[in-house]
Amino acid sequence: MNNYLTDFWQATPIVSLAIFALLTLIVDAAGKDKPVLSYWMSLIGIVVAAGFSVASLGASTPLFNTMLAQGGYSSYCNLIFLGSAFLCIVLSRNYLERLQYHRGEFYVLIILATVGMMLMAAALDLMIIFLGIELMSICLYVLAGFIRKKEKANESSLKYFLLGAFATGFLLYGIALIYGTAGTTNLALIGKSFPQLSHNSLFMIGAGMLIVAFSFKVAAVPFHMWAPDVYEGSPTTISAFMSTGAKAAAFAVFVSVFIRTFDIGGTKLSDVLAIIAAVSMIVGNVTAIAQNNLKRMLAYSSIAHAGYMLSGIAAGNIEGETGILFYLSAYVFMNIGAFGIISWMEQQDDKKLTFDDYAGLSSQHPAVAALMAIFMFSLAGIPPFAGFFGKYYVFLAAVKAGMTWLAIIGVLTSLISVYYYLRLVVLMYFRDGQASIEEKVSAPAMAAISCAALFLIVLGLYPSLVVDIAKGFFKI
Amino acid sequence: MTLETILFYALSFVSVGSALMMITRRSPVMSALYLILNFFALAGLYLTLHAQFIAVIQILVYAGAIMVLFLFVIMLLNLGDEKKLSEKMSYKKIIPAGLSFGLLMELLYIVSYAKSDLPLTHIERATEIGTVEYVGKALFTDFLFPFEVTSILLLAAIIGAVVLAKKKLD
Repeated sequence: MNNYLTDFWQATPIVSLAIFALLTLIVDAAGKDKPVLSYWMSLIGIVVAAGFSVASLGASTPLFNTMLAQGGYSSYCNLIFLGSAFLCIVLSRNYLERLQYHRGEFYVLIILATVGMMLMAAALDLMIIFLGIELMSICLYVLAGFIRKKEKANESSLKYFLLGAFATGFLLYGIALIYGTAGTTNLALIGKSFPQLSHNSLFMIGAGMLIVAFSFKVAAVPFHMWAPDVYEGSPTTISAFMSTGAKAAAFAVFVSVFIRTFDIGGTKLSDVLAIIAAVSMIVGNVTAIAQNNLKRMLAYSSIAHAGYMLSGIAAGNIEGETGILFYLSAYVFMNIGAFGIISWMEQQDDKKLTFDDYAGLSSQHPAVAALMAIFMFSLAGIPPFAGFFGKYYVFLAAVKAGMTWLAIIGVLTSLISVYYYLRLVVLMYFRDGQASIEEKVSAPAMAAISCAALFLIVLGLYPSLVVDIAKGFFKI
Repeated sequence: MTLETILFYALSFVSVGSALMMITRRSPVMSALYLILNFFALAGLYLTLHAQFIAVIQILVYAGAIMVLFLFVIMLLNLGDEKKLSEKMSYKKIIPAGLSFGLLMELLYIVSYAKSDLPLTHIERATEIGTVEYVGKALFTDFLFPFEVTSILLLAAIIGAVVLAKKKLD
């Protein structure tokens, strides 16, 4: 029997973050009415976990009886999740103080959700995937309804919870069928027998149910119905966290199950995913045009982005995997940046969330308008920002896998998306208006958002920085 | 037909029947009682699969603790006018109903054909797998890590419940 105690010492990123979640909880309980303590504690925890993730980039021995991977792929994904959580926490402090809901539990739940995400990325066993998804989702259900007095927040929390529980049912049933046919929940063993199993209809039903559950978590059409309502009703910084960290974690699982384990290139599963990707791109982009509320617009845009990334998974090749890893690192920062600026503009009772509220922003707040423009250009996929290369890599993967039609749909729908992203830029710069930010933006929040924008530009100019790292992770 | 198959069909009949009764009853209390019957039938099915531990847990946790909560909530809510809950059939519901029925038929077709290709490799260990000793041993050796993660999951759920349900915000 292995000595699991040493394994705990090796799984440092996850274990340290879990310990910091507990510390944050204790600090919150001990220091009455001082949520600022929890704020700092959670930030320290994230930095420590990020440090351990970087330190363990080179490690590759599986831990806990091949339940948990370390290093490489999982460390890279950890950094994405931790970046998303860090930005979300920094942005949340002022936002929650303004709404008079600044409480320490908020940070504890974000940290615990991040632990769940890290488990999802590092999982080598279907059981760990399930536990990670549940840990993340339960925290998000609560965070979505954190502003308890707001009716819309309650609606979004309940809606997310009920539909999420339904998706969990699909996930468990899928895992049960896969276990029934493969005789194991270990991903490596399932992957080894995948060529035979892929002719087994029960196994394929199980794999299809996994697609349903994961597509729900990434908000891909036709499992996207919850996303606009939930993003609209949740606290804006939590919408940012859900549409970046949670989505990135779901994609990390998608990649590790469907590319790294099943190797689906050229199978029926890849056709199914290609159709989901195409429909997501079309529905997400076309519906986003009609939105007037910015949070809803970003919700539909995030559905479209899920479609772009799914085309990389449908391709199922090395380009697809590296493309998605690059796309995720760009997407997380541009989307959280856009949501962050919306959270600065937003006033109580959901005011100042429409396009028209941003008219003439550049004359009052040139720096904020410039940052928003960078995020919009990047989301639209205009070079030299990182969003362009993200799309380039996933579409290239689709072409290489012989799915040129998918890449064509992707490019055409990206053109549609330019309309609604640039509409905001045009409003900010070329329309007269009284757009202004009522309260002063805190220096850390401004610095965080500026760093995200800078990161997008650097990544857009030197994409090989990330791609080379990502390529090294393929099948370790 | 062996005793095992007879038991299987009898218990399956009871569990499917009680599940159907549960979703078709008007009165929520009746639904809850049929759900208990369903849980007991499932526990019986687990027993025929030599999973004694799960069978006991099923009765203790589901039929015991959770169902008491269910009944409490139903009685606290005091849903007086049950007719309001019933829905009218409309043409809008025919399409989804048709699609669901089609999916059900498809699944039945596939499952009935796939019956033969289920591997039966673990059957010789089946008698010992269900015992408390075996479950406990597996839980604290091979499955130690998922076990620990579950405790974090439960902690998150407790915090979440307190955050959402605490009476007074400070």
